[in-house]
Amino acid sequence: MSSDGQTVHMTYREAMRQALRDALLRDPRVFLMGEDIGRYGGCYAVTKGLLEEFGPERIRDTPLSESAFVGAGIGAALGGMRPIVEIMTVNFSLLALDQIVNNAATMLHMSGGQFNIPLVIRMTTGAGRQLAAQHSHSLEGWYAHIPGLRIVAPATLQDARGMLWTALEDPDPVLIFEHNGLYNMEGDLAADAGAVDLDKAAIQRSGTDVSLITYGGSLWKTLSAAEELTQLKLNAEVIDLRSLRPLDTATIIESLRRTHRAVIIDEGWRSGSISAEISARIMEEAFYELDAPVARICSAEVPIPYSKHLEEAALPQTTAIVQAVSQMVGGHG
Amino acid sequence: MPSLGADMVAGTIIEWLVKPGDPIKRGDIIAVVDTEKATIEVEVFMTGIIESILIPAGEKVPVGTALALIRDGEVAAPPREAAKPLVAEPANPLVAGPVTAPAIPRPAAPVTPVTRPPTAPLPHEVTPAAAKRLRISPVAMRMALEMQVDLSKVEGTGPGGAIGKADIERTMKSAVRALAPPPVMAPSPPVAAEAAAAVAKPLLAPAERKLAMRRAIAAAMARSKREIPHYYLTTSIDMGNALAWLQAENLKRSVNERLLYSVFLLKAVALAARQIPEMNGFWIDNQFKPGEAIHVGVAISSRQGGLIAPAIHDVDKKNTDEIMLSLRELVKRVRAGILRSSEIADATITVSSLGEQGVESVFGVIYPPQVALVGFGKIVERPWAINGMLGVRPIIMASLAADHRASDGHRGALFLAAINSLLQEPQKL
Repeated sequence: MSSDGQTVHMTYREAMRQALRDALLRDPRVFLMGEDIGRYGGCYAVTKGLLEEFGPERIRDTPLSESAFVGAGIGAALGGMRPIVEIMTVNFSLLALDQIVNNAATMLHMSGGQFNIPLVIRMTTGAGRQLAAQHSHSLEGWYAHIPGLRIVAPATLQDARGMLWTALEDPDPVLIFEHNGLYNMEGDLAADAGAVDLDKAAIQRSGTDVSLITYGGSLWKTLSAAEELTQLKLNAEVIDLRSLRPLDTATIIESLRRTHRAVIIDEGWRSGSISAEISARIMEEAFYELDAPVARICSAEVPIPYSKHLEEAALPQTTAIVQAVSQMVGGHG
Repeated sequence: MPSLGADMVAGTIIEWLVKPGDPIKRGDIIAVVDTEKATIEVEVFMTGIIESILIPAGEKVPVGTALALIRDGEVAAPPREAAKPLVAEPANPLVAGPVTAPAIPRPAAPVTPVTRPPTAPLPHEVTPAAAKRLRISPVAMRMALEMQVDLSKVEGTGPGGAIGKADIERTMKSAVRALAPPPVMAPSPPVAAEAAAAVAKPLLAPAERKLAMRRAIAAAMARSKREIPHYYLTTSIDMGNALAWLQAENLKRSVNERLLYSVFLLKAVALAARQIPEMNGFWIDNQFKPGEAIHVGVAISSRQGGLIAPAIHDVDKKNTDEIMLSLRELVKRVRAGILRSSEIADATITVSSLGEQGVESVFGVIYPPQVALVGFGKIVERPWAINGMLGVRPIIMASLAADHRASDGHRGALFLAAINSLLQEPQKL
């Protein structure tokens, strides 16, 4: 709600598009680059209409070469521009891994602090739309491993609308991971919604019995699970991490001090994942608060299947969250 | 680290008086600990052999931390020297009995950590070296240590029968915590106490110690006034008989052996507490838990400022000479800043005398979790009517501050009356 209470009903996609328009209008240094973002309007239609409004100078279709256009984005950022590069999916971003990890993330260090890279890269992540194993993976946890990058995952309309501008203000590279299952999500957004912080995790639901820690597309499954858990007389707290690097460990630990139990819900694979990192930090900083071992609900360690029932079976689902919590609480209810 | 008073959260090991391999028996002084209030000699609560020392001298650890491992078992309390050959045998000093094969060393008996005063022994399951490891969540373990829960009495209802936070909370609500003071302990060899006094130096600077003690007193007294519904009763007691008897008795004695009238007050309070047991004990877990013996805490002001109320054990069973000896010893050690753990933790009722300072009556603040404090003012000469005749008699004002949760004014009145009548027959004290 805005200060005067006015809200606008829209989709996550529309909130993201408003954020892009706002940035293009506010700062002439901002421009967009990516595959099919201009004439086609973006493969998830986020940039639809922007070419007509802002012209080909600022909404630039690129060849199918992630390494080249991410590298061009780094160059433009070095040259004083504020590029927003869109990569179609996180799977394809692996072609630009050298540019992102070896150049964008390290340039400030390699130049002895002389050159910042004020680059924003948007990409979709996640599964659930039957796009099969080359378009469905959740690799944001990998990127969260890299010092020099800031990794955010907007899960709400507010964050879709507000994170981009804050990311552009950051003098260093920021990667925004948009879960492809969220684009059609509808909701009410304050008419005057604007920039939000990128630092703090958000407690989306307060509770006392267990902390459900998640981010991105899994937030909504987790909130549904928390509602179902009320039937078992369990009051779950739901934390939306929002930022995967840096991690807001303080909010997690404070929550643990209230609930003494944690379940991490992460669409990434379990091994070597961001969920493993969160679990380790809980052990390091809140071991004596724990009343049960930390539990994790992650994707099955398989390439994400194409067929619908197998894809659903491979991903974290509400029922699995409910089951994990009720097992964890056991007789302590 | 034993809890040496309701307000203690941590303590610093100043010195270990034992080493691994030393045989110890219940009541031995094994270490010197610095709390915020004083330097305390820690008495061990069981008999056995020191297996290892877990916290080295100089370290500050929270109450409940295991300080050392003690191998369980009846040792025929050999003299200290006997420990030497044991230690000198590096092969396997911990194996008791015949060693048939030089196998992997195994402790012959379970090992118990020194974590608590005898008031709340930890169950053996908690021991790292014990055979069976307890399934308990970290937060439940922390709570159990903080609240001194006996884990052997907690039923785990978590996954796999693990003890969780809810189990501890349930136990705290329902179970009565055993807080039995230990039976009388023979006074430790004075040699050990003197040695400890010689080497043990309080770690806090005087100014810090003063501030720390002020805070400790603040915490205990604020808790008392917050939680305890005090009621107060006073009565004037004719000390004529007691003082006359004392004067006659002291004339027969050398200066060192003379008694102070305080001894009569302490003995009378202890005997009265035997008659009215509601005054002697603790209010814990929402109910009164009678003291299993009568250990009278004596409020003594320390030279550096501040106040401490260490216990004289089993005052009701001691004769006046023994009480005098204990009192003299206690005052000396309070002033030197060296106290024993049982003296600090065990008091079941407190006596506060401010007569020396010239006041006539005292309205005390109970030291939680105790339920009563008896105050005495100075002895003043008053016109006093007896059997229709007026005379001048030495009068002392006795007051009772008692916990109304544990007793009512009627019982308190009987208690004060009992003190009065006991003081009328000093020869029987």
